Amino acid sequence: MTSDHDETQGVSRRKILECMTWAGTGVLWTIAGGVPRSTGLIGEAVAAAEPSGLTFLQISDSHVGFDKPANPNTIGTLEEAINKIKALPVKPAFVIHTGDITHLSKLSEFDDADRIISQARLDVHYVPGEHDVIDPEQKLYRERYGHGAKGAGWYSFDANGVHFIGLVNVVDLKAGGLGNLGNDQLEWLENDLRGRSASTPIVVFAHIPLWSVYPQWGWGTDDAARALDQLKRFGSVTVLNGHIHQVMQKVEGNVTFHTAMSTAFVQPAPGAQPSPGPMKVADDKLRSLLGITDVTFKRGQQRLAIVDQPLQG
Amino acid sequence: MTKIAKHIRVAAILAATVFAAAATLPAASARAPETEVKIDNFAFAPQRIVVQAGTTVTWINADDAPHTVASSTKVFKSGALDTEDKFSFTFTTPGTYEYFCSLHPHMTGTVVVEAAAAGNAAQ
Repeated sequence: MTSDHDETQGVSRRKILECMTWAGTGVLWTIAGGVPRSTGLIGEAVAAAEPSGLTFLQISDSHVGFDKPANPNTIGTLEEAINKIKALPVKPAFVIHTGDITHLSKLSEFDDADRIISQARLDVHYVPGEHDVIDPEQKLYRERYGHGAKGAGWYSFDANGVHFIGLVNVVDLKAGGLGNLGNDQLEWLENDLRGRSASTPIVVFAHIPLWSVYPQWGWGTDDAARALDQLKRFGSVTVLNGHIHQVMQKVEGNVTFHTAMSTAFVQPAPGAQPSPGPMKVADDKLRSLLGITDVTFKRGQQRLAIVDQPLQG
Repeated sequence: MTKIAKHIRVAAILAATVFAAAATLPAASARAPETEVKIDNFAFAPQRIVVQAGTTVTWINADDAPHTVASSTKVFKSGALDTEDKFSFTFTTPGTYEYFCSLHPHMTGTVVVEAAAAGNAAQ
């Protein structure tokens, strides 16, 4: 075949396979004794989960307000994601949203996102994406989600013996640079971790990946290494990110990095297109490339279980 | 219908352009130069431009993603530019102006502003 696309048959088999390699869905994380672990498909993870475990859910990159050809109905696909969550056999303890709730930080977009996400009837812990802080005064995100948070919206909390840390790496970005945590936040992190036992499982979540996925497209965070240095002594660190609208995972020592699918639109694999912009895929394939992520923590085991679950397929 | 509408629109733009040109011609020696920078595929094109002092530069976002145009030294900053949105800034002082997209900071560009040549001799 000379072309990826056959006009009469839509997307070619090769293209579908390319897409499938980075198709995800939702990730079901099981935290078990410290180190996160992906168990593959959601059914498998649920079967492995014990009542004593902690299951939470990650959604990302809803981009409410986006209406371009890559997905003219981002509200509809977010509703589908929430319905998927409501239908889960094991109810998650809470939801983490890793940013880009809205597309343009408009009040109406935040309202629409809230209206839909609240239907899951679960606590939601947010961090902002760069699309959530572009209102002229950069205040709508903080007013709505920043209660009790420091700086641009970073915070931590504990659940079932796991320490969760929400970081902000989308503000005060520098020309020519990548995502940025900044000194104030890194100092806060140091204080937040001080005195914690190295056996405490840590889950860090932020919008832009905290590992260098593809710096040419800005897919990384300049000072992430300083944060990861502080996390080195912990036996289990799980880093959950969004931003790149596709599933990628990397394990480095005790740290597992994972990026989630978007609920809104697809972005290309690194370098596969001239730019990381929204990518139009065949209508009947879109929902296999959008989704949610389940994460389960189980005491006594070494890893979290992460399961990406597409909206469809 | 769309074809006719397009012709009408093109004609209207041409008429407006001619009118604008006619309106500014009498002051030709002091006419304000203008130039455009396209934002496309997460890049400023051209990435580097050289203009005379007094030039108004207009950035147009051709991407499906929003971008901003932000001076590295905070001389100018646009709001979020959605698809087809524009931002203009008039450079009156010679110098080198570095700028970037504050949402995607790997996107950078440069405007070099030169002193206006006397009597526009270079033109």
